Amino acid sequence: MSDKSNQPSENNMDRRNLLKGLATVPVFGLFLVNLWRKMRRDSLMKSNLLSDLVQEKSAPAVISSLSDSRHLNIGIIGYGGRGSHLVRGAGFATKGWTDTVAENARKNKLDKGFATFMSQEDLNCSLVGVCDLFDVRANQAIDASKNETRPGGKPQGSANRYRHYKDLLADDKIDAVIVATPDHWHSRITIDAAKAGKHVYCEKGLTRTFDEAVDVYNTVKETGITFQLGHQNRQVEANEKAKQIIKQGLLGPINLVEIATNRNSPWGAWVWDIHPEGNAKTIDWDTFQEPSPNKIPFGEEALKRFFRWRMWFDYGTGLSGDLLSHDFDAINQMMDVGIPKYASSTGGIYFYKDGRDVPDVWNATFEYPEKDLTLLYSATLSSNSPRGNKIMGHDATMQMGGQSGGGSVHGFIVTADSESTQYKDRLESGIINPKYPIYTYSPGSKQIDGVTSATSRYFANKGLLYTYREGKRVDPTHLHIKDWLDSIRNGSQPRCNIEVAFHEAVTCHMATESYFQGRRIEWDPVNRKLI
Amino acid sequence: MKELNSAILANRCQLYGLVTLRALIGWHFLYEGISKLINPYWSSAAYLLDSKWIFSGLAKTIVSNPTLLGISDYVNMWGLTLVGVSLLLGIFSRYTTLVGMGFVILYFLFAPPLLGLEYGRPGEGSYLIVNKNLIEACALWVLHSFPTSHIIGLDRFFNQSASN
Repeated sequence: MSDKSNQPSENNMDRRNLLKGLATVPVFGLFLVNLWRKMRRDSLMKSNLLSDLVQEKSAPAVISSLSDSRHLNIGIIGYGGRGSHLVRGAGFATKGWTDTVAENARKNKLDKGFATFMSQEDLNCSLVGVCDLFDVRANQAIDASKNETRPGGKPQGSANRYRHYKDLLADDKIDAVIVATPDHWHSRITIDAAKAGKHVYCEKGLTRTFDEAVDVYNTVKETGITFQLGHQNRQVEANEKAKQIIKQGLLGPINLVEIATNRNSPWGAWVWDIHPEGNAKTIDWDTFQEPSPNKIPFGEEALKRFFRWRMWFDYGTGLSGDLLSHDFDAINQMMDVGIPKYASSTGGIYFYKDGRDVPDVWNATFEYPEKDLTLLYSATLSSNSPRGNKIMGHDATMQMGGQSGGGSVHGFIVTADSESTQYKDRLESGIINPKYPIYTYSPGSKQIDGVTSATSRYFANKGLLYTYREGKRVDPTHLHIKDWLDSIRNGSQPRCNIEVAFHEAVTCHMATESYFQGRRIEWDPVNRKLI
Repeated sequence: MKELNSAILANRCQLYGLVTLRALIGWHFLYEGISKLINPYWSSAAYLLDSKWIFSGLAKTIVSNPTLLGISDYVNMWGLTLVGVSLLLGIFSRYTTLVGMGFVILYFLFAPPLLGLEYGRPGEGSYLIVNKNLIEACALWVLHSFPTSHIIGLDRFFNQSASN
């Protein structure tokens, strides 16, 4: 009897136990249902966007092995700040530099400069010739050619110094030259080198004047040498990806592109250090100023001009050749815009009233009537406000650098336009929200870099300091030098060949001429001249 | 201790309040963990890089060492997920409340909202010394001191089989 009466109460107890034990399981179920709904929604949105966006998922070519390739002997003409970086890209750094960056890496584990240099591919070349008009820099280049701390180990020999570039070009051992002099020497050296059968890597801007650009173009074409212009951003992964997206029509018709330069430091405004050992004995001033329209005797002013040459049109091309050129080339790479029909520009020296004659605030407009496109460039050297580059399409806008965010210093974001025709249905159904990016590209987002100074950040933002290959950090200058050497070996055209170099040069010169003449400049593509 | 708890938790309202708190914190931990697990680009590096105060040096060491950073990412992703499941279902909650406390106290110590410390990442609230991490740590302390999973939760079955 008692057994019978106890049974239901025991069952009740079991049921209550079970209910209490499993009481929160429905909450867990609710969590899983909501998680599944959220993931499904995210994946639906992603698949809807990605099916349009990333038809071609391939990254730029993986670094190949050069170990069996032909050994090349290179010469450097102009071993200044940029020249030394280019030579490092080829695998040669001074002992002072390798010691400093190795020490930096020891002090700050986030400093990847040394690791990036040492993990560069050995490009199977030697630095055999050096020409610099400043003794200190020439000796540094020789030191770099011998330094055993380098990718690929001990170099094959050390470089010879030549007082004049023509002597270097006369050296039969030399296969190719890197020209990193101030702009006013570019055309003479490139033309002479091409005529001497040397392949040329020339830093941007291509030339100081428009006429020189035409001469360089003709000579490179006639001689058939392998020519590369020094726009290392041609190697930046983000630009490649941006090109794919634009090509796929994701942005819709593009009528306006905005590119910009913002810097706000004396160094960024080319007020570079005057080397303490720079004097009449260590600098060949007469040779330096030989091609410049105006000559001055050696003295304090000459020292300034030697070390800060970008501040004068006698030697450089101002904001146009130094900074617009990079951004123009990036846009040309992504959109194949070529040379504009019209260019006009205005500006002035509004902040750095230090004797320079190049403007520190400068704005230029380029018209492409056949492409229904305006390209706008705006620069200031007295504000660091990040603007980035903006490619504005009817359906979406691509923001590169500046405030694009996205976790990387040189990624980009694509945001749909609220009035887009292409995305109308998806905007209405809520799959696309114009407030949020529909595509974010942030290469190396898991990698951390100790980029600290404002100027370093400027270069990093533009993708000029480093890029990524298969998630690995690489110096684009190294990739650009490698691209040139590869092209020399296999007879192909490098990424920034004479055709695109000519686009950049003419575009920049049109804008500079407009500034000088105070009027709109037109490009005559038939007669290849400026009107 | 257990007897004391049972006596204290005589009030149903107290019990349901604590179970709800446990389930909500569990839900939060679980989604924090899963959202990191399903995001291939997530890394603890951004949080660590912005670290200030006593652990900023340690944070820098972790970020600069890929192995340590990998471990940190792994521990965070799976740790948060497992603590979340445990709290939500009431399984081994007595121990995982402590583990959860450890996580949020570390998050607090790596980036405390103390006077004079400025952070790069945008904040989602206004805090002075006390922030949500500290409050969640205290809530987990309460849950550890007043365990409920042996009453409502899967731990009830373990308790029963132990007592049988």
